[in-house]
Amino acid sequence: MADRVVTLNHGAGGETMRRFITKLFVEKFANPALNTLADAALIEIEKSRLAFTTDSYIVKPIEFPGGDIGKLAVCGTVNDLAVMGARPLHLSVGFIIEEGFDLSMLERIVHSMSEATRAANVEIVTGDTKVVPRGECDGLFINTSGVGACPLGKGLSSAPIGEGDAILVSGTIGEHGMAILTAREGLKFQTRIESDCAALGGLIESVLNECDGVKWMRDATRGGLAAVLSELVESQPFGALIEEQAVPVRDDVRTVCELLGFDPMHLANEGKVVMVVRGDQRQRALEVLHANDLGRQAVLIGRITGDGKGIVRVRTEVGGIRRLQRPAGELLPRIC
Amino acid sequence: MKVLTALRNADAVRHVAREIAEVKLDRTVRLMEVCGGHTAAIYRFALRDLLPEWVELVSGPGCPVCVTANDFVDRSVALARQPNVTIATFGDLIRVPGSSRSLAEVRAEGGDVRVFYSSADALDWAIQHPERIVVFLGIGFETTACTLAATLKSAVQDNARNFRLLSSLKTMPPALSALFSAPDVKVDGLILPGHVTTVIGTACYEFIPSEFNIPCVVSGFEPLDLMETILKLCQQLAEARASVENQYRRVVHAEGNPQAQVLMDEMFEPADVPWRGFGVIPGSGLAIRREFADWDAERIPVEVEPTREHAGCRCGEVLRGALHPTECPLFGKSCTPDTPRGACMVSAEGACAAVYHFSPVEHG
Ligand code: SF4
Repeated sequence: MADRVVTLNHGAGGETMRRFITKLFVEKFANPALNTLADAALIEIEKSRLAFTTDSYIVKPIEFPGGDIGKLAVCGTVNDLAVMGARPLHLSVGFIIEEGFDLSMLERIVHSMSEATRAANVEIVTGDTKVVPRGECDGLFINTSGVGACPLGKGLSSAPIGEGDAILVSGTIGEHGMAILTAREGLKFQTRIESDCAALGGLIESVLNECDGVKWMRDATRGGLAAVLSELVESQPFGALIEEQAVPVRDDVRTVCELLGFDPMHLANEGKVVMVVRGDQRQRALEVLHANDLGRQAVLIGRITGDGKGIVRVRTEVGGIRRLQRPAGELLPRIC
Repeated sequence: MKVLTALRNADAVRHVAREIAEVKLDRTVRLMEVCGGHTAAIYRFALRDLLPEWVELVSGPGCPVCVTANDFVDRSVALARQPNVTIATFGDLIRVPGSSRSLAEVRAEGGDVRVFYSSADALDWAIQHPERIVVFLGIGFETTACTLAATLKSAVQDNARNFRLLSSLKTMPPALSALFSAPDVKVDGLILPGHVTTVIGTACYEFIPSEFNIPCVVSGFEPLDLMETILKLCQQLAEARASVENQYRRVVHAEGNPQAQVLMDEMFEPADVPWRGFGVIPGSGLAIRREFADWDAERIPVEVEPTREHAGCRCGEVLRGALHPTECPLFGKSCTPDTPRGACMVSAEGACAAVYHFSPVEHG
């Protein structure tokens, strides 16, 4: 595809987006904190270590089963801090509102943001509001930034990831992506699929407190499990092998995926974390996860391997081995 | 989901794999899956890993996006650039590179291109937006053709004058006939498409064993379906037989779906259409009948750029099963799912995309 204009692919969480970001932004803004492209930057300010992150939220529909853009904005930022091993503390929020936006909907969204901050134990301490003329933004965009504190001596293990480490996921995957898709397209199915949108700060903190040997974490948002795992192994001296049968997917999500030709591992999540844990700690990590409502269905889905360097392989339900890649651009339904 | 679980049962699948391995055939056999849905399933479940080495699977011309010729994309692009036209389409097609650009690029430049899950949804949208001319891009085989016939019929009945169909619908049997007449095609057995056969029935494939002596089995899409189909094909080959068998009996009936056939006949007539990789195949397309010309987007006057193929793209040979995707010099280098040079790298059912996404080795 010619690169004359920005297309939706450039923001879809796949390979094009990854290249777009590294080629344009990272090259221009280059610095050690940014270059790692982690979910939050770890920075030192006068001897204390902080995690700092920002994200913009655009979602259609603005209210969806299981949440809305406000809850998403709070949870997303909290999760980006938490997976870096930080305790989320303060958020900023910027609203860009289109002239004519329904005020009662805005009130509902602000209310749900305040509930989400309470649940996540964080505070919105600064903000900004802009109203733009009709037609200049699609309803409502929200940007949230956040800082979190990295406790000294705790947090993610610095031991390198290697063969035998376990890969865990904190619950069933694909609900957020499928909730948005079915709500947006007005697809009618027997069950209503709700987004898994949730703040994972508490869950992650308990795991970090109670087991050492957690080496890496990401929340599996756009691009889903596939994108997160690809990022984990990319250019690394190890690979990952996932047992497809172990990957937890709700029946309704699986059914719609079958109908539309989607892989659940490509769908977005907003309340699931993927962890790499030292092999001998995996049982302990699962126990801690299971003790929390948000991690009740956590499972071991695979392991780090010494072969297949840089790639993610999947043992399929029937026992063959295939590769798992990031989705290419937007998710589009198949035709027949 | 119970049925699905049973059809993906690893023990059952392995059992059939053992039966295949025990068939006495002391040569390599090349089996072609015609349907893109089968290609996707074979790679998605990594079924090759379960088969003995002497069974070789090759992909054929059954991915509707892949066989859509460049000039259709070019015409769609030209229409999408008209200020009053909305292009309504199924997913994958919007990323297929035409001669100079794809529909996704036209959309980024301001063209109104919308993805719909069904043609009926697109018709509803057209009725709600009478100020737009809504052109639905009709690609696909008999399965899609019958649903499009139904949508076209309602558009006519509702007198929805702003709804148009741009048809590049195709029928499978003439393509198979063209395929086996091509000199570079070497196939020992055919895995026939399940969904298409639900509509057209099994009788129309009888010419394949009788004229070309090639065994045929109509197959479902689950791992156990495909493995059973491969077993049946190997058995026919071992017994030196060639006939049309139906593995997908839970869905496919010998006579197909007569109502759907009548509906298709009512709205469409056979036409000579171009296939990517095959050129024009006489009588292989479904054009809108003259009496419904007012709904035929072919009649909207637009200037279409001269069609050209992308230098180096070997989709044609891939679609005939004459070339493995990785043998294309562009594969994984300048041609990837994010920068497709040919249609086979775009569609979820395309052979190049399937190999790229699912092959467990590094490539490119
Ligand atoms: S790799 Fe790309 S260019 Fe080559 S045949 Fe496949 S789609 Fe065409």
